[in-house]
Amino acid sequence: MKASQRGDRLFQILITSFAICIPLLLAIIAISILIAAWPALSKAGLGFLTDSHWNVSAGEFGAAPAIYGTLVSSALALLLATPLALGVSIFLAEIAPKWLRTPVGFTIDLLAAIPSVVYGLWGIFFLIPLLRDPVAPFIKDTLGLGATPLFSGPNYGYSMLAAGVILAIMILPYISAVTREVLMAVPQSQRDAALALGATRWEMIRDAVLPYARSGIIGGIILGLGRALGETMAVTMLIGNRPEISASLFAPGYTMASLIANEFSEATSDMHLSALMAVGAVLFGITLIVNALARWLVWRVTKGGVS
Amino acid sequence: MLGLTYVAAVLATLPLLLILFHLLRQGAASISLEFFTEMPRPVGEEGGGMSNAIVGTLILLGVASAIGLPVGIGAGLYLADKRNAPLAMTVRFLSDVLNGLPSIVMGIFAWEFLVRPFGGFSALAGGVALGAMMIPLVTRTTEEMIRLVPASLKEAALALGYTRWRTSVTIVLRTALPGIVTGALVAVARIAGETAPLLFTALGNQFWSTSLREPIAALPLQIFSYAISPYSTAHSMAWAGALVLIMIVLIISLIAKYVTRRKFAGGGD
Repeated sequence: MKASQRGDRLFQILITSFAICIPLLLAIIAISILIAAWPALSKAGLGFLTDSHWNVSAGEFGAAPAIYGTLVSSALALLLATPLALGVSIFLAEIAPKWLRTPVGFTIDLLAAIPSVVYGLWGIFFLIPLLRDPVAPFIKDTLGLGATPLFSGPNYGYSMLAAGVILAIMILPYISAVTREVLMAVPQSQRDAALALGATRWEMIRDAVLPYARSGIIGGIILGLGRALGETMAVTMLIGNRPEISASLFAPGYTMASLIANEFSEATSDMHLSALMAVGAVLFGITLIVNALARWLVWRVTKGGVS
Repeated sequence: MLGLTYVAAVLATLPLLLILFHLLRQGAASISLEFFTEMPRPVGEEGGGMSNAIVGTLILLGVASAIGLPVGIGAGLYLADKRNAPLAMTVRFLSDVLNGLPSIVMGIFAWEFLVRPFGGFSALAGGVALGAMMIPLVTRTTEEMIRLVPASLKEAALALGYTRWRTSVTIVLRTALPGIVTGALVAVARIAGETAPLLFTALGNQFWSTSLREPIAALPLQIFSYAISPYSTAHSMAWAGALVLIMIVLIISLIAKYVTRRKFAGGGD
């Protein structure tokens, strides 16, 4: 073998082994978490997912309140962030004058650069007081929604609502980045055809642009969901951390990520540790499915055909 | 209906402006030279700084880069080279999966893998957790940047008798370098504020420590513990810490922007 060929072989082996690090790392993560979670999972079985009692001193580990909290806070975040992201993306892609596009787009993208712990800090000292005073009385009394289960009970600020609002702000840049990209990918001919048929600007967007970009937009929303599900610090600082299932958005709750963040370093018994690992495994599994779904949907629009 | 999109644009830009406003107002009040040079004071006492946390964060970022950059750049080179080979497709997909992994899950993994077996929290474990989070970010930008290098450049080098690896390193990698550096800096900025992976690994430290085998202080961890403490002196330290953290992230991002600008201006090589 010539020296030059030997160099090529070595280089190939080197970069291939770096590439193999990625599947290897993921496999080690999955296996070591599953092994650590096994004692709790095998003891509780499927009941781990449905049991609503998380009581450390009694040795009861049911993950249902945390799973519920994760799903509800993320759903709330999507509910708030999606219309906003969609609106601002349409604004940036279709309506805004050129000089306004860059600063507005940049401001929203910058939201993604703010660390989670800073969101939490801001939430404690700005969002919580805001929810406690004008917002909660407004919802309860002015809108008269205090009697509905969704807004019943006292509001101390630290609540499912606070977690949902902060998550909405945090996932906004992710949804809007993807949505903007797929809107830009809609062919100009699509717009021209609609306008030529006599559509107004809004009808053109509604009937020609949005349907074309639909599955990509859904992909962006699901990508935001993936972010919201795993978000830890800001939620831990704002959700109130109580392992109970309550219909009211004013009540404190718990998410899988905040449960781990709060209890992991104080876990003394092996079963407690294992149960927290099991919560981590469930969280890992859910985000894996959600992210794979999102990637597939976005890929269909940007590379594949029309939905 | 179109008017509603204007409302959405205003509402969407509002949070950032509010956050920056509060950061500047609250943070600037408690920031001073001593914040950068002094150690934290005991709880409830005025003054003091976060020198240990600032240094700790820089050390953690160094360890993370030492792991994340070579693996990420190597994997990116591989992906750009092999494109649609089955292994490349798998690695690309799993890199996306790793990117979506919740940071708290990375934290408990690092604890299980690097803290439990070695019997103690350490800066090394925290740095490794952050480094693992960097890998998919660096891999992706490296692949994208290398794909932008014109094939003719590579072919010219090969035609002149360069070996493949020398072409890759001296022509392709060199041409794509500004883009890769930008990607690396963006990745560092992204992980600089990560807290969750450090909770059970680097742990935080009230004292001065630069050892990789001891628990180490970090800005995000310190901000977290100050923010949830009941003392108002701690709260103002948390704001100051948050302002410094944002500044670090911002400075790294600006350097990243500057590197790319040089590339497009044709000045860099």
